[in-house]
Amino acid sequence: MFRERLLEFALPAAALIFALLFWEFIVWYEQIPPYVLPAPSMILAELYRSWGALSASLLITLQTTFEALLTAMIGGVALAILFAQSRVIERAFFPFAVVMQVTPIVSIAPLLLVYLSTGTAVLVCAFLVAFFPILSNTALGLASADHNLIDLFELYGASRWQQLLWLRLPSALPYFLGGLRIGGGLALIGAIVAEIAAGSAGQKSGLAYRIVESGFLLNIPRMFAALLLISVAGILIFLFFTALSHLLLRRWHDSARRKEA
Amino acid sequence: MSATIQTKPAAAPLPGGASLPRDALVSLRGVSKVFANRVMALSELNLDVREGEFLSLLGPSGCGKSTVLRLISRLTNPTAGAIEWRGGRPEIGFVFQEPTLMPWATVFSNVYLPLRFRGVSRREAQGRVEEALERVGLAKFAKAYPRELSGGMKMRVSIARALVLRPPLLLMDEPFAALDEITRIKLNDDLVQLKVSLGATIIFVTHSVFESVYLSTRIVVMAPRPGRIVAEIPVEAPLPRDEEFRLSAAYAEKCRETSQALHSAMEGMSLA
Repeated sequence: MFRERLLEFALPAAALIFALLFWEFIVWYEQIPPYVLPAPSMILAELYRSWGALSASLLITLQTTFEALLTAMIGGVALAILFAQSRVIERAFFPFAVVMQVTPIVSIAPLLLVYLSTGTAVLVCAFLVAFFPILSNTALGLASADHNLIDLFELYGASRWQQLLWLRLPSALPYFLGGLRIGGGLALIGAIVAEIAAGSAGQKSGLAYRIVESGFLLNIPRMFAALLLISVAGILIFLFFTALSHLLLRRWHDSARRKEA
Repeated sequence: MSATIQTKPAAAPLPGGASLPRDALVSLRGVSKVFANRVMALSELNLDVREGEFLSLLGPSGCGKSTVLRLISRLTNPTAGAIEWRGGRPEIGFVFQEPTLMPWATVFSNVYLPLRFRGVSRREAQGRVEEALERVGLAKFAKAYPRELSGGMKMRVSIARALVLRPPLLLMDEPFAALDEITRIKLNDDLVQLKVSLGATIIFVTHSVFESVYLSTRIVVMAPRPGRIVAEIPVEAPLPRDEEFRLSAAYAEKCRETSQALHSAMEGMSLA
């Protein structure tokens, strides 16, 4: 079994190292200029050199993503609960939530940048894309409670709120965590999209702004370095929510089941 | 059979239970149930449930036996007719065909649930939950999660939960149908023991002739379309019963009699 886990880790790592070495080799062999395609070594060097500015930007992007996600989480769950408790409210407002989700964020960003300060617009963009998956998944989860359990609760005279607290919310947890994992990645995307749409007018200097800035200065290695950090941010967010999901569900939900040897 | 159904509100228990037979815990009088899709699940059913008996409702699918349980437990209301209780509606335990446990909670929390809705704190409930688990032989599994249990064990937790309020009336809707034969026989024996030690009234829905004869003091055979009672078969053998009863001639004879009644029910003939 240990051998299995080792292979799971070692094979992609080996493929990555091989790809990087090949990349390094090709740049050197074909003498490709750095402003076209920098070698991995050069990117890493640039990362080290500009670490001050880039790490600060990384922090800002992560902060925005986190704030947006927190707001989306609170708003999404609150609205989902409201929808679950009142069919009237659900029917009235759900279509608006759908419209909000299907309109591409790329087209909304410029409009938001007109009305709001850059920092706020970026936050709102990130919030919008993260909000709907959380709302939608949580609403589905709340509606998916075992109907026999609903009967059981009714049998013992549970109030509608007791039913929500002890039955519907726990039932919705796996769905909510799924929505959160999706929302986490999307919040990052929303923040990046808004920053790029803001372009050189942006004041909040997140990582996407660094990419735009590096483009203007033709500092391609730095562009790659910023891109690398964005990827790392995305991976970290994904791993965090996967771990959270596993932690909360491992004792009871099939999705967190370990495969039998 | 009348073409129109007059809707009467369910009557409150009559003072002194005047119109109920002396030992009836609950009576269904002329109860009809029509579902939204116009299916007549029950048609003018009359049934007295006697205190302390083990009553089986036996019949093919669609004969309305589960509907009777749901009417008694007030999960649904009759379209016509009345359900009368002698002296107020008691605590009722209900065991479904599925174990119906909350997968995110431990066995203890699952069995504690009814007590929570009766305002008993977790700490106060400790003793009663443990007692209920003892009764079904799962005292050591209080901290386990449902996912870690076998089908038979989950069903026993469900039974423990149904018993934790010590209800005078226990309703069971084909609780062992989804289990294998061996587990089923074991749980049948456990149930018989429980019945004797608790002294509760049990209404048991099943489609198994063997099970109904082994467990019950009285079997009511039902037929579908529309749902109605077609036969009533008392089982005189004393409780508790064991393997000997299962192998006896009396048992075989009762099974034959019940089987015949069931057959006729399915052909639409009434023996009553």
